[in-house]
Amino acid sequence: MKAIEVTHLTCMYGRFTVVHDISFSVRKGSFFGFLGPNGAGKTTTIRSLTGVLTPSAGLIRIQGIDILSQPLQAKMKMGVIPESSTVYGDLTAEQNMHLAGKFYGLSSAVREQNTREILTRLGLYERRSDLVRHFSKGLRQRVSIACAIIHGPEVLIVDEPTSGLDVQSRRLVIDTLRQLNQEGTTIFLTTHNIEEANQLCDTVCIIQAGKIIATGSPTELKQMFETTRSVTVSFNKVVPKTALIWGNITRMEQTGEGWRLYTDEPDAVVKGISDFAKQENLTIHSITTTGPSLEEVFVRLTEDT
Amino acid sequence: MDIPLSLRGILTISEKNMRIYYSKPPVLMFGILFPIFMFLSFSVGRNIELSRFFPGFLAMMLFFTASSVGPMVIPFEKRERTYERLLAYPVTIESIILGDICSGAVFGIVFTIFAAVIGVVLLSMSVQSFVVLVIALVLGTFANAALGVLLASPSFDNPPNVMMMSNLIRFPLIFVSGIFVPLQEMDGVLRYIAYCSPLTYLTDLFQFAMNGISALHPAIDMIVLIVSSLFFFLLARTIQKRNLARGL
Repeated sequence: MKAIEVTHLTCMYGRFTVVHDISFSVRKGSFFGFLGPNGAGKTTTIRSLTGVLTPSAGLIRIQGIDILSQPLQAKMKMGVIPESSTVYGDLTAEQNMHLAGKFYGLSSAVREQNTREILTRLGLYERRSDLVRHFSKGLRQRVSIACAIIHGPEVLIVDEPTSGLDVQSRRLVIDTLRQLNQEGTTIFLTTHNIEEANQLCDTVCIIQAGKIIATGSPTELKQMFETTRSVTVSFNKVVPKTALIWGNITRMEQTGEGWRLYTDEPDAVVKGISDFAKQENLTIHSITTTGPSLEEVFVRLTEDT
Repeated sequence: MDIPLSLRGILTISEKNMRIYYSKPPVLMFGILFPIFMFLSFSVGRNIELSRFFPGFLAMMLFFTASSVGPMVIPFEKRERTYERLLAYPVTIESIILGDICSGAVFGIVFTIFAAVIGVVLLSMSVQSFVVLVIALVLGTFANAALGVLLASPSFDNPPNVMMMSNLIRFPLIFVSGIFVPLQEMDGVLRYIAYCSPLTYLTDLFQFAMNGISALHPAIDMIVLIVSSLFFFLLARTIQKRNLARGL
């Protein structure tokens, strides 16, 4: 069964088309990554999915319910974690959760129980009575997650959940999302952190200039550019970029004291590096050959279009 | 339309507004302190008939209190970015607007009842028709709260700007609505302007309730207040839906 189904979605602001006729579906229980550069149409798509914006054309179904004709019923099925930890600073963590619970029609007893359980799970129970305006960004984001899951949604829509967070908060957010997915919640995630999407998502969709340019598992997407590999090398001393410009290297970038060389012929490049080291009397500290990363796929796809 | 879900949304939004916005300094200053100081500055040390002026004060009190919450809510929520989350909850834009109107209306009616009780108990003001007084309070508070929400509906995300703009509209209205100069004593053009202000009809209705006299038939005052409430609500809805179509 499909948890989210988007068919021919088009969103226009005045005459400007932000999202052009896109279609995709999210399998129930999956962790779906929605990636794209700034201004690609991610936020507009999310706002349409969550019922915040009314699209110009197209159909959106959440757990089989059309959000345009039955917005309230569709919204009951999902939880939303908007970007920038949007919770009420003038309310306590507990009050924010109770407010969310009231919107979803939870009884007082269920609200109390869910609030206690979720705040404990997110490490916020001790601070439940503190005003959120005194919280750090990481703690606010936890409250935001808590508000989104108080009613046990079947679908969770998450916009840039780890943006600007410290390492501990980021890990907690990622672990919580992973755990929710393992418990059966379908997660629709947008992020700028490609490595995060690679780790978490079983399906990734890439949007560019309002159009979907690729959809598949991270492995499938990487196979699209299987020919592009990289060789990462570091020597005993710094080698200038110009010394490594050979014909079979498509792109190079500095990594600390070494270089990452992108190539379609890694064996030839490794041999070339070895010859170069001998000729220049250099010692190779480390050398590794890797396949394309999801980030590389993302860059290649969004550059090409 | 799912009526129980919509009602739940309206009540939850009202409750949220009461918890968050009733204690905001601009609401307290322009909603409560301002009408009291206006009343004192026009009544203390002057040889005026308090019984003629007090209904106007009640109208002004209700006007300022009920219309002070609405201009705060949406701009504040847009600035804090909680508005997007609110829209993602199971609520419609109509529920959000009605919730904002209800929270303004409750704020208005509570403080105006308090002022009316003080007037009757301490200043020996009389009430000719208690029923009309209650109707005036209810209709007036909703009309003014709806006006407050309408003032905040254009796409602002800075509360001080909205408060400034709303005062730009609210201040002139109190001088052309029969509060300080009775409608019967106004000259031609000013009188036509007065008829355009819903506050005129509220002042007239309070005059009828407390003194038994009015420039217009109370039924006309009531109808105008009901129509004003609906007009302000529908206009606010149209503007806010247009804002959403443009991307919040």
